[in-house]
Amino acid sequence: MKNSGPGPREKGKDLLQIRNLHVEGFSDERWHPIVRGIDLTLKRGEVLGLIGESGAGKSTIGLAAMGYAKPGCRITQGSILFDGIDLLAVSETVRRRLRGSRIAYVAQSAAASFNPAHRLLEQTVETAVAHGIASREEANRSAVDLYRRLQLPDPETIGFRYPHQVSGGQLQRAMTAMAMACRPDLIVFDEPTTALDVTTQVEVLASIRNIVEEFNTAAIYVTHDLAVVAQMAHRIMVLRDGLTVEEAETRQMLAAPAQEYTKTLWAVRKLAKPEVAAEEYLLTIDHVTAAYARTVKVLQDVCIKVPRERTVAVVGESGSGKSTLARVVTGLLPSLSGSISFAGQPLSKSLKMRPKEVLRRIQMIYQTPDNALNPRQTVEDIIARPLEFYLGFSGAQRDRRIGELMHMVEMSEAYLDRLPAELSGGQKQRVCIARALAADPDLIICDEITSALDQIVQEEILKLLMRLQKDFGMSYLFITHDIATVRAIADEIVVMHQGKVVEQGMKSEVLTPPHPAYTERLLSSVPEMDPDWLTTLLARRKI
Amino acid sequence: MTSFEPIAAIQRLRRSRATRAKTALKKAPFSAWFGIVVIVGYVFVAVLAHWIAPYGETQVFSEAFAPWSQEFKLGTDQLGRDMLTRLIYGARNTIAIAVATTLLSFAVGVSLGLLAALHRGWLDQILSRAVDVLMSIPSLIFALVLLSIFGSSITSLIVIIALLDSTRVFRLSRAVGLNVAVMEYVEVARLRGEGARWIIAKEILPNVMPPLVAEFGLRFCFVFLTIAALSFLGVGIQPPTADWGSMVRENATLITYGDVTPLLPAGAIALLTVSVNFVVDWFLHATSGLRDEK
Amino acid sequence: MNPVARTVLERLGLGLITLFIVSIIIFSAIAMLPGDFAKATLGQSATSETVAAFQREIGIDRPPVERYFVWVAQMLHGDFGSSFASRTGYRRSVAEIIAPRLYNTMFLAAVTALVAVPLALGLGILAALYRNGWFDRLVNAVTLTTISFPEFFVAYMLAYLVISRDTFIGSDFAQSLPHWLAASLGWALNAVPKFPTLSNVNEQTPFWDHVWKVALPAITLTLVIVAHMMRMTRAAIINMLASPYIDMARLKGMSPMVIVLRHALPNAWAPIVTVVAFNLAYLIVGVVVVEVVFVYPGIGQLMVDAVKSRDVPVVQACALIFAATYILLNLIADIISIATNPRLLHPR
Repeated sequence: MKNSGPGPREKGKDLLQIRNLHVEGFSDERWHPIVRGIDLTLKRGEVLGLIGESGAGKSTIGLAAMGYAKPGCRITQGSILFDGIDLLAVSETVRRRLRGSRIAYVAQSAAASFNPAHRLLEQTVETAVAHGIASREEANRSAVDLYRRLQLPDPETIGFRYPHQVSGGQLQRAMTAMAMACRPDLIVFDEPTTALDVTTQVEVLASIRNIVEEFNTAAIYVTHDLAVVAQMAHRIMVLRDGLTVEEAETRQMLAAPAQEYTKTLWAVRKLAKPEVAAEEYLLTIDHVTAAYARTVKVLQDVCIKVPRERTVAVVGESGSGKSTLARVVTGLLPSLSGSISFAGQPLSKSLKMRPKEVLRRIQMIYQTPDNALNPRQTVEDIIARPLEFYLGFSGAQRDRRIGELMHMVEMSEAYLDRLPAELSGGQKQRVCIARALAADPDLIICDEITSALDQIVQEEILKLLMRLQKDFGMSYLFITHDIATVRAIADEIVVMHQGKVVEQGMKSEVLTPPHPAYTERLLSSVPEMDPDWLTTLLARRKI
Repeated sequence: MTSFEPIAAIQRLRRSRATRAKTALKKAPFSAWFGIVVIVGYVFVAVLAHWIAPYGETQVFSEAFAPWSQEFKLGTDQLGRDMLTRLIYGARNTIAIAVATTLLSFAVGVSLGLLAALHRGWLDQILSRAVDVLMSIPSLIFALVLLSIFGSSITSLIVIIALLDSTRVFRLSRAVGLNVAVMEYVEVARLRGEGARWIIAKEILPNVMPPLVAEFGLRFCFVFLTIAALSFLGVGIQPPTADWGSMVRENATLITYGDVTPLLPAGAIALLTVSVNFVVDWFLHATSGLRDEK
Repeated sequence: MNPVARTVLERLGLGLITLFIVSIIIFSAIAMLPGDFAKATLGQSATSETVAAFQREIGIDRPPVERYFVWVAQMLHGDFGSSFASRTGYRRSVAEIIAPRLYNTMFLAAVTALVAVPLALGLGILAALYRNGWFDRLVNAVTLTTISFPEFFVAYMLAYLVISRDTFIGSDFAQSLPHWLAASLGWALNAVPKFPTLSNVNEQTPFWDHVWKVALPAITLTLVIVAHMMRMTRAAIINMLASPYIDMARLKGMSPMVIVLRHALPNAWAPIVTVVAFNLAYLIVGVVVVEVVFVYPGIGQLMVDAVKSRDVPVVQACALIFAATYILLNLIADIISIATNPRLLHPR
């Protein structure tokens, strides 16, 4: 087995040819275009990365490569030629025989895509047996072999488990084994690692790349993550609104993107704020321990200090307790022990005990603006309430302040009468920021506020936050799992793992070696734009 | 601040509730229109019963079971009362009682349901367990037991049915209330320091209205059918009050002679419930469409 | 302990507790009786001695807790007390009144369930598979209409149809129609089987005769229940067919048959049995009304008569039987759901 990276290698003749593909989706009582004329060619053994933001049509194209349209979608035009077979011209029976055996699919959510009622092994061999490609015994043996190659633990027995009995990363690898079971010519990977933590993601990426290379399988790799696609694909196609923006070999694309849009996608990664040392502390979290239902400890002995006018980024994977930390600071979850002080005063543990003035000075912004904005209130209602509630503003004073706030978050007053559903994702998050600003706070807790947004929008929001901090001098407690975001905005970093603080300090200290073991693993697992990153990392870890 | 900007340049997007409703109505399918027209017709007849009906509600004529004629458009019933008159008064009585019952059931069910959703804890536990037990007896059977004890006055009928039906309203409003209560905008309001009343009135209620309005229609049908069934069984609305359920029962013998008259009040019930169901079906479709509009 | 066994035991315990509370509620019916009930039952002319004797008879003079346990104990021995219709020297035992009628009701319910459940599930699954097609639309419109009909409307419509078979040709209505239309309608009505419109059965009625006589009530109930059950089955199946693992099965090249049988069905038992159990509640309600329409000597009609004459012991016994049946059905449904849940069957 050798890890050669996604460099140029010998490729066969054309396996898949998509010409002038158009797909439409049905919503709001009419058909909307999703894919608007895509051409795509894939050679045997080649991995093509489809990249784009939400709504670019990349998953739809991935499915169309199987001659399949999601329920509520339809392919309206074009041709899809798979190994000389026109998938749109042949009968459903023919397509069905190809699916699973010659073209396979790996979905984003393995947990939801495995049938809960059957064992992993049964599902892995199902297609091979049903299409008469192998006998059950052969298929079972081959599945165990695949489990082993994909580095699943206990390959002999793991197949006898049910989907809910194995972890997310293992399920994703089992699904790759299922796709590989018939040794297909083409596999469509639809964001296979998006739902995983970064440290798990590396392992899954490595397994997938190995096995695809080993069997010389062609693949379409759909993702929104540039760094991931750089590791996996030989060639990258950038999509936007159902159209191709540009297409090139991976190295060439990374080195010299041709189109303006592609350049903006690349630029996001380069956002970085110079750190500034603390002068005075605003919030002090002192030896705080917290638990749900008094038993499951989710925070253990946590000490964090947030300076005035600075940003402290709390980094960790799911289950690290970083969101619980926000709940403890806001008083939603009273801590079991320890204390928190705010602006020199001790902070009551419970929300109900805190005076209005303290509530005003600590504001919170959430990950999903869809859930954080009441869908039945207009933007004006939403922003006006803190003004009326905390500051007693009314009439002209209130209206003037609302105008100023909209201006601060770079939105036109024309949006004041809109409902949240009539705004884009980025605009919604701006309204959330305006609502927090309306209270004129000293501390804003940001809980993964950019995770649900597209990369370009993320950058705009982060820039806005930095400008607001410069203008108005509030502190941010910024909770995130994304190292790029941390680089962009933090002054200080706190690394959390399983409810404990692993490391903390100035950004430069934490991000430069030497690291404690967990920080090392976390930082090194974050994919980089270098196409050799994964190869180098694996080589280094093997040592 | 850009205060010099002319106001007219800022194009505001103001759409009132009325115009939204109007555009929704324009797109409504035939079945919904049919339903709306029928419901309006029924309400019209019910309200104006006193003026439309050709005779008095309990006015008795000499001939019982008279056939259809000029004098008695739909004939007379078993006591010689005009069928058409009874039908018209029946609309007033049956619909009014069903509406009163549904309103009472909603007042109890929604307020307790939302309170349980917001408070959770012991209050929710007690209410939910009580509702579980009440719902473990089929409601018609429970109603029969309670009616056997309290007798079949209109008040006890309304209270008993409303109370039994409010268990279902409670379950629904608690469930939709819980869905909204865990939303982050409710948490935002809590973090802001808002009181329970503001949270229920401004944050939760507006967001649970569509399912509750639809449920009101469905519950009305259910209550209406239950009362009709009880009256038909002779333990609901008592004579001499005109009521569709009992009218069917009293004149059922005519069917044996191939006369359709007794089917008319039953058909009147069916037409109204079908209409309400059509409108609710469309309303659910229209409001769920709103949510997809992202 | 095995989680399935534990969950089933928990559910059994919960069922018993519910039954216990329900029995207390139903028992309290007597305790809540207004004071002059005896007088109301015995008539205004009753002397104070007769009233006292009556109260002793129904046991109202003893403490409620003691009465409750006596009541439960007697019931467990099949003794449901005596009807208020009893008179001194002429005791009518509730159990005696109920027994034959209970058989009749169970007979009707069983016949209905045997037809309705498979029919509703089949139609529901078909509608879900071909959703938004003409079949689905038709079935949707028809069932939406049927669930809006009162049970007695459906019942009388059917009865009217059967009667029209003989009366139509001679009726004024037929005379007013063009001859060819009247003739063809008459011909069509002749195809309607001559079901009995009165379901008068007794203990001597032979089995197949019994089936024949309950045909109309059974068809009525079937129409009403199939509508409800089919709509809910359709919703449950559509909900499940939207799961990602069904999409995955399609992308694995499985045929529609295999998808339904191997991928959907094993996960469908829980929603389906829940739908069935839920709809048997409509069956219970429907039974009461339909028995009255067709004068079928079942427990529903008995209960209605007892409510009218305020014969509380009979009402109690009937209510308890209905409630216990309903609780039992729900219990069985829950146990099936638990026993087919892979997460419980195969714990981590």
